[in-house]
Amino acid sequence: MPELREGCVKPARGPILPAPLPLPAGAIQPPQEVTKMLAHVGKEAIDFEATAFVEGVGFQPIKLSDYKGKWIVLCFYPGDFTFV
Amino acid sequence: MAAVAAIYDELKALDVAVLAMSTDSRFVHKIWQEQELSKMVKGGVPFPMLADAGGKIGTIYGVYDEAAGVDIRGRFIVDPDFVIRAMEVLTPEVGRNPKELVRQVKAFQHVVATGEVTPSGWEPGQVTLTPGPALVGRVWEVWKP
Repeated sequence: MPELREGCVKPARGPILPAPLPLPAGAIQPPQEVTKMLAHVGKEAIDFEATAFVEGVGFQPIKLSDYKGKWIVLCFYPGDFTFV
Repeated sequence: MAAVAAIYDELKALDVAVLAMSTDSRFVHKIWQEQELSKMVKGGVPFPMLADAGGKIGTIYGVYDEAAGVDIRGRFIVDPDFVIRAMEVLTPEVGRNPKELVRQVKAFQHVVATGEVTPSGWEPGQVTLTPGPALVGRVWEVWKP
């Protein structure tokens, strides 16, 4: 595995949401906190960026949209070293 | 995770990219691969293992359990146009069936390629349906459960 420069903390963007519609002049910008499910079947996937471990490569940031144009299977699971 | 890795060759042959994600850090993913996964699956898990720090991504995909602080089991199929085609979300005690994942990918690929639709439990080679006025009320003639 090649040695990549690696710090203890590496920020990733997390969810990459579409830009909000421009607000009318004078309106107050609402907070950007994401707290709800936005993924729906038949609708465009929500892009994201996360740091990843890749066998044979090492650590690298990965965006879902890096795979646009391909079929993608995205699997969430509760945690490493769990039992199922 | 090892179960999905075991069918990876089949998914790769279907030109499917696989991404796995939990709230663990990339460091933990690496050690899990070295200490355990590589002993379950030859060569280890061949697809990227992503770190969902704080469950932010799991939250928008509807799989983040705030009380437990982890992403529960959820599996999404995204098509080449970046549209979510399928989702399956389970509570953590029950593992998924990778064969059903492969079946759904094949069915969606067939549907996109042909414009046909696939009935319940369809496997490649079985009868498909072509929606249209001629089929209304006559599905029974071509397909039975």
